[in-house]
Amino acid sequence: MSNSVHDRIQSEVSGNDVLLFMKGTPVFPQCGFSAAAVGILSNLGVKFKAIDVLKDPEIRQGIKEFSNWPTIPQLYVKGEFVGGSDILREMYEADELAPFLAEKGVALESV
Amino acid sequence: MPMSATEIETMIKQAFPDAEVVMTALADDNDHWQASVKSSSFKGKSRVQQHQMVYAALQGRMGGVLHALSLQTAAKD
Repeated sequence: MSNSVHDRIQSEVSGNDVLLFMKGTPVFPQCGFSAAAVGILSNLGVKFKAIDVLKDPEIRQGIKEFSNWPTIPQLYVKGEFVGGSDILREMYEADELAPFLAEKGVALESV
Repeated sequence: MPMSATEIETMIKQAFPDAEVVMTALADDNDHWQASVKSSSFKGKSRVQQHQMVYAALQGRMGGVLHALSLQTAAKD
């Protein structure tokens, strides 16, 4: 991964409280795992920024090295890598995700 | 070529000999799997670390030939 790609990823991760790297967009996800991640965040009423890795091959490859994580989607909260779709689902189903986000100071809209 | 459940299970068990691995087909295509992995190696590790350990055991196949593996990990005593 080039330094410029690393810096672009780092700047997005640092600059967005809740950031989802995904395939497609929240409205038109291009993969079931990305769609599931969007669904969970939307259910919790979390505002998040999404980056469509399909539009940016450098980010698509770079984020895998950046996080040491081989798949998309990937969720970052306040600069911390939280996990992929399996971990999000596990945390959501165990009612851990909302408290985790609250603890991190992320606002949840009541839905 | 996709990986069979047996190949996935074998690679995981090579890395974690005490692992209890349960493979479930998510689709009838020999390609979409869920693996539930319990091992004492996961003790004291975060979920992210546990998944990274399994991905390491799969030696780069995850995200490549193995694009649709859903993973659930747990520590056992």
